[in-house]
Amino acid sequence: MFAASRSGLDQVAEPSRVWIRLLPALMVVVPVFVVAVALALAQSLGLLPLVGDSRLSLDAYRNLFSGGELWRSLAFTSYLSLGSTALALGLGVVIALAFRHLFSGSRFGAFMLQLNLPVPHLVGALAMVLLLGQSGLLARVAGSVGLIDGPAAFPALIFDPGGLAIIAEYVWKEVPFFALIALAALGSVADDFEGVAATLGAGRWRRFRHVTLPLLAPVLLPAAVVVFAFTFGTFEVPLLLGGSFPEAMPVLAYRKFTNIDLAARPEALAIGIVMLAIITLAALIYLRLGRRFAGRQ
Amino acid sequence: MIPRAVKTDSPGFGHRHSERRRRRSTAALAGVVLTLLILPLGVLALFSVTRAYFYPQLAPDDWNLRAWRLLLHPGSEVWGAMATTVFVGLAVVAVALVLAVPAGRALGRHSFRAKRLVEFLLLAPLLAPPLVVAMGLDFAFLRLQLTNRLWGVVLVHLVPTVPYAVLVMSGVFANYDQASEDQARTLGAGRLDAFRYVTLPAIAPGLVVAGVLVLIVSWSQYILTLLIGGGQVVTLPILLFATSSGGDTALTSALALITIAPVLALLLLTSRHVSRMPAAQIGLP
Repeated sequence: MFAASRSGLDQVAEPSRVWIRLLPALMVVVPVFVVAVALALAQSLGLLPLVGDSRLSLDAYRNLFSGGELWRSLAFTSYLSLGSTALALGLGVVIALAFRHLFSGSRFGAFMLQLNLPVPHLVGALAMVLLLGQSGLLARVAGSVGLIDGPAAFPALIFDPGGLAIIAEYVWKEVPFFALIALAALGSVADDFEGVAATLGAGRWRRFRHVTLPLLAPVLLPAAVVVFAFTFGTFEVPLLLGGSFPEAMPVLAYRKFTNIDLAARPEALAIGIVMLAIITLAALIYLRLGRRFAGRQ
Repeated sequence: MIPRAVKTDSPGFGHRHSERRRRRSTAALAGVVLTLLILPLGVLALFSVTRAYFYPQLAPDDWNLRAWRLLLHPGSEVWGAMATTVFVGLAVVAVALVLAVPAGRALGRHSFRAKRLVEFLLLAPLLAPPLVVAMGLDFAFLRLQLTNRLWGVVLVHLVPTVPYAVLVMSGVFANYDQASEDQARTLGAGRLDAFRYVTLPAIAPGLVVAGVLVLIVSWSQYILTLLIGGGQVVTLPILLFATSSGGDTALTSALALITIAPVLALLLLTSRHVSRMPAAQIGLP
């Protein structure tokens, strides 16, 4: 009895207890999520229409993939998502490395990095309009120092095909996310390891490559997948900051979903399924990478 | 060959001097970064207290509190939207925590068959775009006439929030010391008493963090609430979006700040706990 309690009763608890503990969460999250995905899939295949007959067909997918709209939208969304994920990851790591000694002791620094955590992307996007629009604050600063002679001369950052304001919003929001994760991963051990490596004669680059990077990669890779998935699927930001050509996939899907022509609905859900497929692919690539990474160590 | 570390570690006045300068420039750079991070909020604050503030004005001529007065007026729609957001948020927090505590304990303390599958099932919703979940479920609400939109919104908010709560709680239980609870049980405490007097106080800081994260995620939802709420459940983000299409910049900016004020205050109050949590678990994209 006592021996068992020291080693932790839970560790040897009967399997049924484990499942009783897991069941409530599984019973709520899984059905809602699975039903959502199943209904989306069914509707994309022409089943369960709001009006008319239910007929299994791949028409929605055929229409989408034969037109240029989906491909352009897919390319644009991938560019936005990969671009902002890479940029935010890079900046986040740089900030964590540059400031780790400054921030590791201070709660203030960590708190400041958390400050935009509760800010919804909707609010961030609205602020970006005021900051980056052609008559926004940045344009006014440029005008007042004589860089441009009117709002029209300021580069179009919002509603533009380059989607720069969208990327700016994502990067603004995700840099602290990556920085906080990197700071936690570096913790206090990084200094010791790097010190040892330095004493053994390792230069700056080799210390980074063989000590710092292996500490960061295992936590930053999953974080990057989460950010990729999130930026790929976010609706409000490209809606408020993007133009009508090309449209980000969530915006395109929503437009088709709310089309008066109910025939467009299967296409909207097919776009949703394509989005899920791409995010799943990203997660699978990560899992493969992770395994290879673990194998090398 | 002399190891580099010997050279850089050699103490001396010059070294200390450059060290101080380096530290000062790092601090300045940190200041720039932090300013950039709060700049968008500053921009909203500036636009919220102006009228007729157009290009090329850098500083506004006409400062006024019209937008704030309108929004904080006792008859304003803001209060109803705030009450709805708080109600949905607290309901989601309560349910998410009740689900996440046992699940987090199972995942944090046990290894069992199919553990990876369970983790996948509980964490996968984290990666799914809310729009796709909402479009799929919209059918159920339209055709199956699930009429109670408010509880419908609470239910769908669980999809993106429970994974976070489970993630935080499994981290908490992985570092949880089982011994005191076992001792209480050995001394004759019932399961419930042991939980109430031993486990709960031990995991309380983790519960606070999980609760804050869940509230923030629920508070930020737009498209899930819009489609599942069917226009009947007006939370602050829904009101904010509607206001922003009205084109009144001051009003939109002030409402944007009102929308984030409660959660920002909450984060401020709990930052002691939140910053102590491993950041890998507190991230919200």
